[in-house]
Amino acid sequence: MEDIHLMKGNEAIAHAAIRCGCDGYFGYPITPQSEILETLMEEQPWDSTGMVCLQAESEVAAINMVFGGASCGKKVMTSSSSPGVSLKQEGISYLCGADLPCLIVNVMRGGPGLGTIQPSQSDYFQSTKGGGHGDYHLIVLAPNSVQEMADFVDLGFDLSFKYRIPALILTDGVIGQMMEKLRLPAFKPRATDEEIAAKCPWSLSGRTNKRPQNIISSLELDPAIMEKRNLERHERYRKVEAAEVRYDTFMCDDAEFLIVAFGCAARICQKSVELLREQGIKAGLLRPITLWPFPYKAIEGYCRQVRSILTVELNAGQMVEDVRLAVEGKVPVSHYGRMGGIVPAPEEIVEALKKNF
Amino acid sequence: MNNPIIAPENLVYEKSKLIKDNVMHYCPGCSHGTVHHIIAEVIEEMGMEDKAMGVAPVGCAVFIYKYIDVDFAESAHGRAPALATAMKRLRPDKLVFTYQGDGDLAAIGTAETIHACNRGENIAIIFINNGIYGMTGGQMAPTTLNAMKTSTCPYGRNVALNGYPLKITNLLAELEGTCYVTRQSVHTAVAVKKTKKAIRKAFENSMEGKGTSIVEVVSTCNSGWKMSPVQANRWMVENMFPFFPLGDLKDK
Ligand SMILES: Cc1ncc(C[n+]2csc(CCOP(=O)(O)OP(=O)(O)O)c2C)c(N)n1
Ligand code: SF4
Ligand SMILES: [Mg+2]
Repeated sequence: MEDIHLMKGNEAIAHAAIRCGCDGYFGYPITPQSEILETLMEEQPWDSTGMVCLQAESEVAAINMVFGGASCGKKVMTSSSSPGVSLKQEGISYLCGADLPCLIVNVMRGGPGLGTIQPSQSDYFQSTKGGGHGDYHLIVLAPNSVQEMADFVDLGFDLSFKYRIPALILTDGVIGQMMEKLRLPAFKPRATDEEIAAKCPWSLSGRTNKRPQNIISSLELDPAIMEKRNLERHERYRKVEAAEVRYDTFMCDDAEFLIVAFGCAARICQKSVELLREQGIKAGLLRPITLWPFPYKAIEGYCRQVRSILTVELNAGQMVEDVRLAVEGKVPVSHYGRMGGIVPAPEEIVEALKKNF
Repeated sequence: MNNPIIAPENLVYEKSKLIKDNVMHYCPGCSHGTVHHIIAEVIEEMGMEDKAMGVAPVGCAVFIYKYIDVDFAESAHGRAPALATAMKRLRPDKLVFTYQGDGDLAAIGTAETIHACNRGENIAIIFINNGIYGMTGGQMAPTTLNAMKTSTCPYGRNVALNGYPLKITNLLAELEGTCYVTRQSVHTAVAVKKTKKAIRKAFENSMEGKGTSIVEVVSTCNSGWKMSPVQANRWMVENMFPFFPLGDLKDK
């Protein structure tokens, strides 16, 4: 029997976490993502898989619990929405500095400040360019469906452990709250202590079998060693950039006008492309799935084919900067965005694209 | 150096096998080094080196893992109890402890401290209260005594400006989640013995799942206090102890 369900994106994340062998979730309630914590507490996975779930006293505590769990080589995660993710930035920077794997979910809402509980994509800069202090990157995955919300939990953990870089699922209130059909992933057992010791020899467990001491730290006072550690981390970033760029295209083969959009904006733009095609305008859509590493090359490749590029985002124009970097002035790039929690209609985007030629 | 007194048969003290040979960076007379030795001895005597996982603070003891030879995670400033919470819940058979200064535990990390204690996390918290920010050069701490001079209250702590010194340990003793809360010191051989007993009890409590144990060690920071080690000890007895009296605050 196929494991087909109808659920919200947020619920899909919770179920996928239990099924992929996640060891621990630590979170603090905030709209529009509280269903993740609520679903986990309802499912009580500590009784089934042994997964630890804890409502922390703040996002600061939650991300530092993630640091503690990740130090032990465990598959641990947290989720929040924009204001809470701002609070997590200190911990995220420390996780990156200590080269710890983990999964963070940001179901974005509009800001700045308390902003709105309505959906937004305004944390693109924060997610892809740093956010916390120091020279670091997260592996940023942008799902555009409930199915991908579920699938990217396991993918996020896999990439994060492979490269020892925290992974971030960057999504928004639309994808988090909408209900769709999805196929839940099959159950995977949690890793045993022996498997963790083999896979993460750096992890803390007590000096089991008299092994030498393990230390998880982001601190180093010797500049030469600190630089070396940073260079080693950036070498891993180069590997991720070479191997893990993911994107999707829709009707791009003969496109003369390219739309670039991610997450819920890409869902809307798909409809806009269809409407444009009905009007005889050859539009296509490129949807970055990894926002870091960003599909610079793929976008650059379309410069020889398309007349112009339009980015559509639920913000004032953030990803458009990366698109411009990819294009390097070869074709005109413009941005269409809505803010404040307003989700544009496909027709608006059609008009925005037509204004460009 | 050929002192005939230094001979194996005259040995009265041997450092714990879990104390590494690295030269400690602490100022001579600082309490941190003494407490490190005690922790190492207790872990060794309990035979727990294969189970111990410590959380280092941000403060003078930031390099504790260079001195005590067990697994350590280095926390962000004040967040050690949050790390320890997850470490213990995910590895419940291990001995998880934090080591924190007064700025770390009672200022920036107050929320993490209170909530870990209130949940009754099965961890031990070793709290070095020296009434000052040692690491950053002697600024006012939440535990700085009234009228005590630091670089950020150079005319003495003024409660009208800075509020009152915080007896955080008394507060923690009020919480249902704590099982053992004690205030000790390491200025004399007897005090060292008592602190060692307290730390052992705290470690045993966490392995027995009794809840959170807190061992506060009223300590000297002779550099920050701008005193000689001997003066600092005397000043601590005369000024710190009346406000932070030693003894058990809770033992259940
Ligand atoms: C977020 C953050 N704020 C400030 C600092 C600077 N800082 C480092 S240690 C410290 C205070 C340490 O005092 P305490 O916890 O009492 O430890 P002690 O050095 O006295 O043992 C401060 C403010 C920091 N490292 N991180
Ligand atoms: S500054 Fe104070 S706390 Fe730090 S090592 Fe020196 S005496 Fe100890
Ligand atoms: Mg201090």
